[in-house]
Amino acid sequence: MLDTATERSAPPLCELRDMQKAFGGIRAVDHVSIDLYPGEVHGVLGHNGAGKSVLMKMLSGAYQRDGGQIFVNGEEAEINSPRDARKYNIETIYQTLALADNLDAAANLFLGRELVTRTGMLNDPLMEAETRKIMARLNPNFRRYHTPVAGLSGGQRQSVAIARAVYFNAKILIMDEPTAALGVQETQMVAELIQELKRQGIGIFLIDHDIHAVKQLCDRASVMKNGKLVGTVKVDEVTEDDLLGMIILGKKPGEAAA
Amino acid sequence: MTDTPPTTDVSEPTRLKRSVFQTLELDTRLLGMIGAFLIIALAFNILTDGRFLTPRNIFNLTIQTVSVAIMATGMVFIIVTRHIDLSVGAVLAVTSATMAMVQTAVLPDWLGIPLGSPLIAPIAIASGIVVGLAIGALHGWLVGYLTIPAFIVTLGGYLVWRNVGWYLTKGQTIGPLDENFQIFGGINGTLGETWSWVVGVIAVAFVLWAMVQARRSRIAHGFPAKPLWAEFVIGGIAAVSILGFVAILNAYDIPTIKLKRLFEARGEVMPEGYTAGYGLPISVFVLILIAVIMTVIAKRTRLGRYIFATGGNPEAAELAGINTRFLTVKVFMIMGVLAAISAVVASSRQTFHSNDIGTLDELRVIAAAVIGGTALSGGLGTIHGAILGALIMQSLQSGMAMVGVDAPFQNIVVGLVLVIAVLIDTIYRKRTGG
Repeated sequence: MLDTATERSAPPLCELRDMQKAFGGIRAVDHVSIDLYPGEVHGVLGHNGAGKSVLMKMLSGAYQRDGGQIFVNGEEAEINSPRDARKYNIETIYQTLALADNLDAAANLFLGRELVTRTGMLNDPLMEAETRKIMARLNPNFRRYHTPVAGLSGGQRQSVAIARAVYFNAKILIMDEPTAALGVQETQMVAELIQELKRQGIGIFLIDHDIHAVKQLCDRASVMKNGKLVGTVKVDEVTEDDLLGMIILGKKPGEAAA
Repeated sequence: MTDTPPTTDVSEPTRLKRSVFQTLELDTRLLGMIGAFLIIALAFNILTDGRFLTPRNIFNLTIQTVSVAIMATGMVFIIVTRHIDLSVGAVLAVTSATMAMVQTAVLPDWLGIPLGSPLIAPIAIASGIVVGLAIGALHGWLVGYLTIPAFIVTLGGYLVWRNVGWYLTKGQTIGPLDENFQIFGGINGTLGETWSWVVGVIAVAFVLWAMVQARRSRIAHGFPAKPLWAEFVIGGIAAVSILGFVAILNAYDIPTIKLKRLFEARGEVMPEGYTAGYGLPISVFVLILIAVIMTVIAKRTRLGRYIFATGGNPEAAELAGINTRFLTVKVFMIMGVLAAISAVVASSRQTFHSNDIGTLDELRVIAAAVIGGTALSGGLGTIHGAILGALIMQSLQSGMAMVGVDAPFQNIVVGLVLVIAVLIDTIYRKRTGG
C-alpha cells in the first residue's frame, strides 16, 4: 500500500502531461495527464479502444506523441523511440510479449542490448549465464535455454518477457495485461513479482481489463474512455462498481452519469 | 506451445535417454540434407558407371556450384528478413558488364592503363563490387524506407539491370577478359597441390581451435558440455572431410599437354613422368571464405542477430530498438556485393561477358536457399544449408546431363525436387516443433 505522506513529498517518478495522439481523424489519446510515484502500481483501465495502450506506447517510445510532455524524475524526457525510453530505464512488457519466436530465451532477453566480447562479437555464453541467473530468480523451474521461445509454454514465455524488463534495472515498468494469457498459478506468480518490484521502489503502470485484479494489485487507477481521462482514483476509496461505472459510463464516483 | 508444466523439462533429467545424435548436438536437418546429397551422388555414380564420383567430375561440380552458392548465402539473409530478391541474375549481368567494360574499355582507352597491367583486375573487380553495393542499397532503400514490397522492387530490378548491362556493352559479347581476372573462373585458377594442402590444414586447425574455444567457454560458465568422445568424433569427421576434399581435388591431374605448355612458357622442359594436380580452385576458396564470413555474421554479430530477430518478429525487433529499415538496406547491400562477386566467378569461368550471363540464376539461387532449409515465412535459414542446397541442385543437373536425361526432363525433375524438398521440410518442422 502506498504511504502517501512519505512518498508524495518526492516528485513523481514519471509524469505524462497533456498527452495527445490521433490516428487519422480519431483522437486516440485526447489531452490526458497521469503520473506515477516510486513503488506505486498505477492501473490504467478502459474498454478496448479507450486509448490506454496508445497512451502507454507513447511512454515506451513505440508511438511518437502528437503533443504533450513526458517528465522523468521531474525533468522533461525526450522519448521518440523504444531506444530513447530504454535510456530512461522505462521497460515495457507488451501484451504480445514482443518476443522473436525463432530465437532462444537469452537472445530475446538481450535483444537490442547484446553483450559482446572485446572483438565486438556476440558473447552468447555470457548472455546465457546472465539469463540463467535472472531466470533462477523469476522462474526457478525454467531450463529450456536452447529452445526457440516458440517452443515454450505461455508462462515460460511470459517469464522471459518479464526477465527482459527486470534485468535491465527498470525504474518505470509498463505491463500491458501481463496475465491475460496465463493460468491461475502463473497469474499468482506475476502478482507476487509485482509486489516484489514495488518493494524495490519501481513504479509500475499496469494496463488491465480485470477490475478484480486492479483492486488487488494497484494503488491508484486511471480510467480512460474514448481517448479522454475519466479520472484517477485511489482504489481503496472506491468500490469495484465505482470503477465499472467509470469504465462503462465514464462517470466519476459521486458524479451523475456524464 | 507445449502442455508440459515447467517442472518436467527435457534438458538435464532425461539426459540418459538422449540419442547419439543429440549427444553429438548435430543438426538432424543438416544430416538429412547431407544424406540426400550422398544418395543422389551414389545413385548417379551407379547410373554413370562410376563417372560421377571421379576427381574430375567433383572438381567440375564444385566450380559449377560456386556462382549460385555465393548468391544463395546472401539470399538466406534476404528471405530470413521476409523479403525476396528476383533481381540477382540481372544484377550479376550488369556488374559483369561493368567489370568487362572497365577492363576492356574504360581503363585501357580512357585512363591509359595498358591491357595486361596487373592493376586491371583489382580495379575492375572493385568497380563491379561498388556497382553491386549501390544497386543493393537502392533496392534496400526502396523496400525498407519507401516500403515497396521487395517482390515488386526486385521484379523491376530484374527487368532494369540486365538491360542496363546490355546498354553498357551495346549488346556485344566482351572478351577475352583479363588474365588475372580469369583466375577466379575455376579451372584457370587453382591453388596447386601444395597450397591446397596448406589451406586444408589451416582449415582443420581453425575448426579444431573453434571447437576448443567453444568448449572452454561453456565450461568456464559452468554449462553442461558435450562428452569428450563426442567432441573427438565431430572433430575427426570435420578433419577427414576437409582433407578428403582437398585430396580429391588434388587427385585431378592437369593434362600432360597443358603441363608441357606451362613448362615451355617458363623456358623449361618438363621432366618425364611429371604430374601435377589442380588442387583447390580459387573460386571455391572464395566461396569457402564467403561462407565463413556469412556464418560469422549470422551467428556471432549483432547484425546477424537482428536479421534473424526481424525475420522472427519484425514488430518485436522494432520495439527492441532495432532500426529494421536500415537493416533492410544492409541486407540488400550484402546481396548486391555477393551478386557482383558471383559475376566475377561466372564471367571469368566463361572467359568473356555475354548478355545472357546469369539468366535464371535468381530462381536457382532462391531454390538453393529454400532446399537448404530457408523458410519463406522468415526467421529460419542457415548459410551452410543454402550452399548444400546449391550443390544438390547442381548435382542433379550435372548428373542428369551425364546420364543423358532429355533437357525437358532435367528441369521437370529439378522443379519436383524443389517442391518435394519444401514439403519434407514442412513435415519435419511440424514433427519437431521447430
